[in-house]
Amino acid sequence: MRYLPHTKEDIEQMLAKTGEPSIAALFDCIPEKLKTNQELNLPKPMTEWELNEHMDEIASSINASKKCKYFIGAGSYDHFRPASVNYLISRSEFATAYTPYQPEVSQGTLQGIYEFQTMITELTGMDVATASHYDGGTALAEALLIALRKGKSKKVAVSSLIHPHHKEIIKAYLKPSGYELIEIPYNKNGVTDFSKIDDMGDIAGIAVQSPNFFGNIENLSHVKEICESKKVLFIASFTEALSLGLLKSPGECGADLVAGEGQSLGLPKSFGGPGLGLLAGTKKQMRNLPGRLIGKTFDTEGKKGYVLTLATREQHIRREKASSNICSNNGLNAMMCAMYLSSVGKTGIRELAQLNHDKAFFLKTQLETIGFKFPFNSEFFNEFVGIAPKAFRAKREALKTKGIYAGINLEKYYPDLKDHYLFCATETIKKQDIEKLVQEVK
Amino acid sequence: MKEIQELNLPEDLKYAKSHEWAKKTGDAVKIGLNDYAQDQLGEIVFVEMPEVGDSFSQGDEFGNVESVKAVSEIYIPVSGEIIAVNEDLEDSPESVNDSCYDKGWIVEVKLSDPSEFDSLLDKESYLETLKG
Repeated sequence: MRYLPHTKEDIEQMLAKTGEPSIAALFDCIPEKLKTNQELNLPKPMTEWELNEHMDEIASSINASKKCKYFIGAGSYDHFRPASVNYLISRSEFATAYTPYQPEVSQGTLQGIYEFQTMITELTGMDVATASHYDGGTALAEALLIALRKGKSKKVAVSSLIHPHHKEIIKAYLKPSGYELIEIPYNKNGVTDFSKIDDMGDIAGIAVQSPNFFGNIENLSHVKEICESKKVLFIASFTEALSLGLLKSPGECGADLVAGEGQSLGLPKSFGGPGLGLLAGTKKQMRNLPGRLIGKTFDTEGKKGYVLTLATREQHIRREKASSNICSNNGLNAMMCAMYLSSVGKTGIRELAQLNHDKAFFLKTQLETIGFKFPFNSEFFNEFVGIAPKAFRAKREALKTKGIYAGINLEKYYPDLKDHYLFCATETIKKQDIEKLVQEVK
Repeated sequence: MKEIQELNLPEDLKYAKSHEWAKKTGDAVKIGLNDYAQDQLGEIVFVEMPEVGDSFSQGDEFGNVESVKAVSEIYIPVSGEIIAVNEDLEDSPESVNDSCYDKGWIVEVKLSDPSEFDSLLDKESYLETLKG
């Protein structure tokens, strides 16, 4: 699908054919009071070199320079993107955000999405994956809607350690529908506390993020046992997809649905988005999944082909029965993710994940030498919470001018957690970077 | 599509206006779609069924069938608890077309009110509703 702008001649031809005097005349049906007659307040056009300079200035003003060192994850991770990904994704054939509207003529796009789905099912340990969603938060909200619309209760229970932004998205999704969200508290180990789950009444599903917002790894097999005993859907979520390279997959732990953010898998951070919503399910959930599923088949001559296998019919002919009416996906980003996973490979992703954990572990031991305390005695992947010495707050601000970002303050999201900072180290952080950070903070 | 006189509607079954059939053995009632319904729907590709242990009241929607032409709800002719579902339909939904009274049964319920079964239509009364 290409973007081909209309030339002046094209427009004149179309107007001649339709008999409209001008493009403006096409909008005559819109009442005058709704139209603006002012010039839009937009900056003047720039040459390409002026534009490049302008964008560079903006990038340096928000400290998005490549020279900066980020000890921050919290849902958006600084990972290396192989050159192959940017090269391949620049090809014009891939330049579309959508699952095509006349899908079967776009065999290349369909094959790309099919490969993406296959890799996501392998990574999550699930039977089927969708063609992708906007981001992890909306994918998770969609998963909860499946539980609510197919289940017997109007309530879902969500771990308090799901990313705070995802919680906001879920609330925005559920509120107009009259569904209720209850939060499951966390315990002294910084993992979800299920001890009072039976007091929460009837629920349609339980959603838990692992690694959770504190970076700690949740015991998903235990969550499975609880969901099984309550006969509710088990939804596993994640914001750091790379952790799947090392951890037991949510599928192996018995999740019914897996919803997470795929930014770590080949996408730039792009000032917070667009991301990549991953959603996968067991075979049983296949027909409840929103969006699109691409499948492989053979034509009457036995030749391989790719088709839009499932788009729940409810979206077209029974909208009132639909578990979701979302049809869009993030095609370009899904493609980027597939290219990344193919570049990294099966052993590569494991090695990369191990490297992330090793770097984060080293960061933790180094912070300990300068007076940091660690409140949670849990396993972590590449993020962890540290309690900082009193002087850290001011030093952290000063470090920003040097392009070093030392964790995020958790108090904003969890008011009880004063002086608690969430740190992250990915493969892009060198040993020297960690030593420099420690030197500066000491 | 079949003419009304071509429909296969066994005498020993009861029928609901919404085109399900019901067959009683003791207090268990087997339920499926009748010949008229399967014929109207065309080639059936998926049957969504409830779970064993679910309870429904007479007339409740308890699942749906998807054919190449349409998706239709299926309604329970008698109140009760689901004691069995036809799991073979997961792999062979076409049984609802090929063998609607035998291999194509959908669920079995434990009847909670026998009078509901007695009030269902016999073949002749059901045929009247089709003609109406």
